[in-house]
Amino acid sequence: MTTEAPKDYATDYDVLDPNYIKNPFPVWDQLRDKCPIAHTGRWGGSWMPTTYADLFAIAQDWKHFSSMDVLVVPPQLQAGSAYLNEEGEFQGDFPGVAAPPITSDPPEHTWARKMLLPPFTAKSVARFEELTREHCRHLLDAIIAKGTGEADAAVDYAQQIPPFVIATMLGVPTNMTADFTQWVRKFLELGPFNPEGAVEARTNILTFVWGQIQDRRQNPKDDLLSYLVQQKVDGQPVPDTHILGTSFLLIVAGIDTTWSSIGSALWHLAQHPEDRKRIINEPEIINSAVEELIRAYSPVTMARLVLDNVEVDGAKMCPGEKVLMNFPAGNRDPAVFEHPDEVILDRAKNPHIAFGVGIHRCAGSNLARMEMKVAIQEWLARIPDYSLAGASDETTWAGGQVRGPRTLPVVFPQ
Amino acid sequence: MKIHVDQDKCQGHNRCFVVASELFELDDYGYAHEVNDGVVPAGMEEKARLAVANCPEQAISITEDD
Repeated sequence: MTTEAPKDYATDYDVLDPNYIKNPFPVWDQLRDKCPIAHTGRWGGSWMPTTYADLFAIAQDWKHFSSMDVLVVPPQLQAGSAYLNEEGEFQGDFPGVAAPPITSDPPEHTWARKMLLPPFTAKSVARFEELTREHCRHLLDAIIAKGTGEADAAVDYAQQIPPFVIATMLGVPTNMTADFTQWVRKFLELGPFNPEGAVEARTNILTFVWGQIQDRRQNPKDDLLSYLVQQKVDGQPVPDTHILGTSFLLIVAGIDTTWSSIGSALWHLAQHPEDRKRIINEPEIINSAVEELIRAYSPVTMARLVLDNVEVDGAKMCPGEKVLMNFPAGNRDPAVFEHPDEVILDRAKNPHIAFGVGIHRCAGSNLARMEMKVAIQEWLARIPDYSLAGASDETTWAGGQVRGPRTLPVVFPQ
Repeated sequence: MKIHVDQDKCQGHNRCFVVASELFELDDYGYAHEVNDGVVPAGMEEKARLAVANCPEQAISITEDD
């Protein structure tokens, strides 16, 4: 692992550099002007587009840019294989289990996605809104009951919401949420620094889910896991490895992404009393406010694997190379967004690509929006006035392919 | 004015439905379709343009009346 800070982001960027993680925005602005598709040799090497147009073009071109491998930092997950170590050997259990459809290309992707979409429409996820609201209120009760006027808005609040909601949807005990959170952090956030721990976390998740799947086959319930095991493709049951991989995806993809978005929104609002007031006084702008906060603080950067020689915006890419889809940078591209670095809660034109663009548009986008809306509304209903704790910003950020606050100390009047 | 959602391009972001719910409906998969054969009622033209401007897939087209 390279630990030296990058000298030139155009040729040597490091998505795990602490300064970059804390404030990547000026780097993206420089790159867009100077070298719109940057390259690095770090972490196995990758390309990184930063303009909206290039990101759009690559995301639409799934024939050249495969989703078989969406991670850049280890452990690397490949469809149809288990985790590969540096020697290319299988690591961990459950070989053959990937995370479809995020790790699928057409034609598998087409049916795998179709199967997953109905339970994640806006209408379907609305069933869980009231429950999410109650959960947020309980969390806020506990924060306020401490009587200190202090909270960690990431640990005590944002982090507690998505695992509860996805556990409820899947139909697994909500007392599993602490385990889910720990596993997902070990797998994604801490994986680059501890690949063995990530493999172990993957095995933990798959072992747990496999037990649940077998249970739903015997005792179907009204939950997402039961829905998945009952699906058929061309009249045939979906293979176990597929159901297992999709269930794994639902746990991994639905947790630290949304928790990062909620945390970033609360970080922004802590420093912008005028935006807090607007959301409180103009409740009708909440949907547009959520989209704008997702745009400005997009957490997710997925990768693509180059399948064939292809040139994009002057960058000559070869088979086997990776492309880091920097959707967050595209969402701050001045060619598409006026005053991209300003949060404008009622921004009229906001075709953001925080949920990706093209065939891999985040299947959980409506769920993420619902959780963000509820989390922000409930927080502001109870803690309308708050600010970052300490004289300087003490927030710590996780980076890599999912960026968001991991600790967010705030203070509020008692 | 008429609007049309290209079903080969729509990926179900739901942005059009949120900004102009009078002009679109969502199917069971979350994909958007124009309602009323795409005819935009008088006074809704601005909402139709907003839907176009907010679609990340560039899937919505407008045909202006002659």
